[in-house]
Amino acid sequence: MNKTTATDVQHMVHQIIADLNHKPGALMPILHAIQDELGYIPSDSVPAIAEGLQITRAEVHGVISFYHDFRASAPGKHTIHICRAEACQARGCRALERHAQQTLGVDYHQTTLDGDITLEAAYCLGNCATGPSIRIGDDIHGRVTPARFDALIDQLQTVPLAIQPVLAKEDNTHG
Amino acid sequence: MVKVFVPRDTTALSLGANEVAAILQRACADRSVDIELVRNGSRGLFWLEPMVEVETDQGRMAYGPVTPEDIPALLDEGLLDGQPGHSLYLGPTEEIPYLKNQQRLTFARAGIIDPVSLDDYIHHGGYVGLRKALARIPQEIVDEVKASGLRGRGGAAFPAGIKWQTVLDADARTGSSPYSKRKFIVCNADEGDSGTFADRLVMEADPFMLIEGMTIAGLAVGADTGYIYLRSEYPVAHKILNEAIARAGKAGYLGNNVLNSGKAFHLEVRLGAGAYICGEETSLLDSLEGKRGQVRVKPPLPALKGAFGQPTVVNNVLTLAAVPFILAEGGQAYADYGRGRSRGTLPFQLTGNIERGGVVELAFGVTLRELLEDYGGGTASGRPMRAVQVGGPLGAYMPEGQWDTPLDYEAFSEVGAVVGHGGIVVFDDTVDMLDQARFAMEFCAVESCGKCTPCRIGSTRGVEVIDHIRDNQERDYHLNLLEDLCDTLEDGSLCAMGGMTPNPVRSALNHFPDDFHQDRTTASRTPAGEA
Repeated sequence: MNKTTATDVQHMVHQIIADLNHKPGALMPILHAIQDELGYIPSDSVPAIAEGLQITRAEVHGVISFYHDFRASAPGKHTIHICRAEACQARGCRALERHAQQTLGVDYHQTTLDGDITLEAAYCLGNCATGPSIRIGDDIHGRVTPARFDALIDQLQTVPLAIQPVLAKEDNTHG
Repeated sequence: MVKVFVPRDTTALSLGANEVAAILQRACADRSVDIELVRNGSRGLFWLEPMVEVETDQGRMAYGPVTPEDIPALLDEGLLDGQPGHSLYLGPTEEIPYLKNQQRLTFARAGIIDPVSLDDYIHHGGYVGLRKALARIPQEIVDEVKASGLRGRGGAAFPAGIKWQTVLDADARTGSSPYSKRKFIVCNADEGDSGTFADRLVMEADPFMLIEGMTIAGLAVGADTGYIYLRSEYPVAHKILNEAIARAGKAGYLGNNVLNSGKAFHLEVRLGAGAYICGEETSLLDSLEGKRGQVRVKPPLPALKGAFGQPTVVNNVLTLAAVPFILAEGGQAYADYGRGRSRGTLPFQLTGNIERGGVVELAFGVTLRELLEDYGGGTASGRPMRAVQVGGPLGAYMPEGQWDTPLDYEAFSEVGAVVGHGGIVVFDDTVDMLDQARFAMEFCAVESCGKCTPCRIGSTRGVEVIDHIRDNQERDYHLNLLEDLCDTLEDGSLCAMGGMTPNPVRSALNHFPDDFHQDRTTASRTPAGEA
């Protein structure tokens, strides 16, 4: 993503708009598609979206800012959502969130200084019989004790030397 | 070849089902044993997940909860023959009392089939309802749903048949919009209530049932397009739904000519973006149209002016998922379950601090205590239960004195509680009910769409006022103010977000007053979950 230039981004945004703007109510699918690609919705893509959908820039901004999921700035390498809702509260998520905030040194909606992890709140991941639950990327984890949280963070931050030793001998790019 | 089942629903995955499946496959390969691994949905017995099942001549045998480390010993002790040697052996799956004692209509296939196998679905009674519907005129389909007594399962419990009748009778040819002449089916899959996952399990374990239900709804009211508005917190359901829709389309169950009937029905999943309020139907419709998810003033009803200004059926996942059964077996067969005006079954969801959490589908009328004790087996922590929140974050906290209330819409309403979407969240005696009341206000502040002032600002005030009560600053004054605030929220909000946030707050205050009157400067109460 580092090598993506501003021109690349603009091109990509235009392509997404062209692909999706035939859909009824195309704005949400377009915003999701841009965020899936870039991790956020750059503010300079707003005019193109507005023009593509024949709505005002204010309307586009209004939608981006309304929904918790949409971001206007780049997140960390990994995004972790901690479920804060009642079923997880009953299983100790208040203690888990304090632990996570202390360990990572960030509050909700913040990214660690090394740009590694963004911490977000979720209000229910639908995993309510086996809480407390967290989401890392698209993976949901249940019964997350503080110790399990630390282990999951470690896994994220550890770069594996060789995922499959057999392959690694022949092809180091798998490392 | 032996058939082995390892679930792929969110809960099983969250407890390591993929690792179990991978290790199992590798171990079988090492032993040169061929197995057919099926990634089924979950049976909804979540405390046993990952639950591995093996098909035998005596039916399916279950083992759980299985960790990757258990696999070698399980294989040594005859897992693939369904042998009882290992301590994780649970016996025949269907004989597990938790499952055996349920009345599964909606979840009849959950966990049994491969969720994306159309053959499995059809082999287990799928698409019988659609074929019957195709042989009938729309009014007859609507009449069948009316006869079932089915009421909206999202929480409001509005009779589904009456809603469908309104859309069927609605004139779609108004105005000059590009959508003129069209009607829509919208499935509300924004299951945001904490303590609920029944919609998720339908979509992850038996998605064709939802697709079939929506197709039947389309035939009933004359709609050729459906949208499933799915919350973004459900990535597993998203993937499974998209796969099922693609397969249904390929096999002719969706598209321009459904089963060569000449009728069209197209289906698309639309993703929400983390806004609880979009579970409210009019906010959902605005979001679907690409706007901020703000509540609309009713009337006009969505049935008359819904998605893109056109007549629209908006139903919850469970409501639409009940439809194939109703068409296949007849409305009366469904109405034979339940009591009073609450007909059929409801999948209750046992969650929070509960020993045996999961989905329990039963006819209306079971008491809360039966669910908590007979099915749930008490708290997971082993401590006494203190409070139970039923019906999501806008539902009341119920003290033990109310646990003998039968679960039906009217009986719950009489004690000031709601059944809602059937979510039951259990708290043990470490819970601080002032914290819970405060969270209800905080949640409302975070998730309010901002349209109504009492909800938008009153919720923030609510948090402040409860903080003053906690800190014993003019406690009586602030307790009165909190009551007043609850009245204002209740009377001055368009939708249930502001209108029902007082439910958890007031029930906490009324049933657990001690938590609002203790002196916390010296309090030694252990916060929830830290015991």
